[in-house]
Amino acid sequence: MFEIRWHSRAGQGAVTGAKGLAEVVSTTGKFVQAFAFYGSAKRGAAMTAYNRVSDKRIINHEKFMSPEYVLIIDPALIHTADFTANAKENTKYIITSHLNKEDLVKSQPKLEGKEVYVVDCMSIAMDTIGRAIPNTPMLGALMKISGMYEIDFFKESMLNVLRKFPQKIIDANMAAIQRAYDEVN
Amino acid sequence: MAEKIDLLETEVWDGNMAASQAMRQAQIDVVAAYPITPSTPVVENYGNFLANGYIDGEFVMVESEHAAMSGCIGASAAGGRVATATSSQGFALMVETLYQASGMRLPIVLNVVNRALAAPLNVNGDHSDMYLGRDSGWIQLNAYNAQDAYDLNLIAFKVAENHKVRLPVMIHQDGFMTSHTAEGVKTLQDEEAYAFVGDFKPMNAMLDFEKPATYGVQTEEDWHFEHKARQHNDLMTKVYPVMEEVFAEFEKKTGRKFDLVTNHRLDDAEVAIVAMGTTVDTAMMVADQLREKGIKAGVMGMRVIRPFPFAKIAEVLSNVKAVCCMDRSSPGGAPGMLYNEISGALYNSAKRPVVTGYVYGLGGRDMTVEYLKGIFADGLENAKAGKPTTPLQQFIGVRGPKLNFL
Repeated sequence: MFEIRWHSRAGQGAVTGAKGLAEVVSTTGKFVQAFAFYGSAKRGAAMTAYNRVSDKRIINHEKFMSPEYVLIIDPALIHTADFTANAKENTKYIITSHLNKEDLVKSQPKLEGKEVYVVDCMSIAMDTIGRAIPNTPMLGALMKISGMYEIDFFKESMLNVLRKFPQKIIDANMAAIQRAYDEVN
Repeated sequence: MAEKIDLLETEVWDGNMAASQAMRQAQIDVVAAYPITPSTPVVENYGNFLANGYIDGEFVMVESEHAAMSGCIGASAAGGRVATATSSQGFALMVETLYQASGMRLPIVLNVVNRALAAPLNVNGDHSDMYLGRDSGWIQLNAYNAQDAYDLNLIAFKVAENHKVRLPVMIHQDGFMTSHTAEGVKTLQDEEAYAFVGDFKPMNAMLDFEKPATYGVQTEEDWHFEHKARQHNDLMTKVYPVMEEVFAEFEKKTGRKFDLVTNHRLDDAEVAIVAMGTTVDTAMMVADQLREKGIKAGVMGMRVIRPFPFAKIAEVLSNVKAVCCMDRSSPGGAPGMLYNEISGALYNSAKRPVVTGYVYGLGGRDMTVEYLKGIFADGLENAKAGKPTTPLQQFIGVRGPKLNFL
């Protein structure tokens, strides 16, 4: 079993990203959960979404989680959200930022000594999809860091997840996933 | 003719989508609905299927939940397959019509995505609305996860519409914890699912002009009691045999087994948790972890809340020494419903286990693995002592000083 927590703003697609990941994982025969904390959060409010992935059927419905991966898809949330909550010693952080890793850690001392990866999902989303929806690029970055799936297999699976969209949007998402995969470090 | 949807063997659906897909597959004649969080996506998805040509039936947009159930009652009495969905305040507004539906013996299927009742306003999951409906004369089925929500919808039509039953059925799922959690759901293809549910067979249909029928008449002191007694009699005696038949048929088709109560490792258990909704699943996981340490823990899940499986509960808990009953609804100045009803079922049993109660998870407050371990530990102490070692009613997960009553 491994667990992922997404930090996002409502409207940036963390729930869609978590569900997209779950769909891909499910096609490989593994078991998944994707959920979020809602409340009456409005567009732009900070929120969290979650994934569980396991080889066995998941019957744990507690919301509490001590994640292996923390994915931050809004650049400002490292300054306001409690993104290290309930983390493990070796939790990996993949953070959307235009800063390089050194400057990022300087700007947020909580990241000192943590396993941090940086990728500018926001710019990638704007360049490729044309909207500030940084969810699919974050999945590309996660594939690189976690090694969950080969990137080609993942992209092929995402084609199926995105099949309802026009070809232009699908192509843009594929480009975004690949760029984040190549650029995360 | 509605188009079919090719489903994967395992789809990643949340509980709401699971319910709407099963409703689509059941080929319902009329859905009258008014959306409310967290059940909104059930009717939203259903409306989407309809607009895209996957549904032949009617969808009636109404002005309130009272009107939604009233529309369902009219359509069901007219002689069609009928269903809807609601939550919380919407359910509360529906209550008057719920009694009409069951009293008129109308086989309506209602998805209740459980949510807290205001005030204070809260959109998250607890069982307050479910508890509000428990004397309404409906059959109440309980889903622990999205798979159950799908399966129980298909099962519900078949039970409700059986001419020996002819009673409405609620399917309960936990708001957000089930309704908005996407997980793998094993599916039936459209033809298979419909073949299982079967064609709707009308009974005393108002649209059958050859055989005029009257619904909702006035009966005063002369006949009211007889009607209510007959309805209660049918709930107590007619529902279980049909339900067990339908469960068996469903298991034959899918391999997924349902029982009136879920018996998870109770046969040699010393301590048992009794729960509903997602807590059943999580408690089963915790019981398995405790078993690995040699602690004889078990879980009883309330698959059927109404009619209350009194005898079955006494049977599966007959060898357990301590039972911890978990109520996810504010009891409003009383012991919790499960504490009371489980105690009632066990009071005359030979070994009469120690029963204690817990109130938890109001307004969506998390029920964690750690809390469940603590409750099993309490139960184990009670089992050793042969009497309660804790207050009979504890509040779990509430902030501030620990709250105990009784």
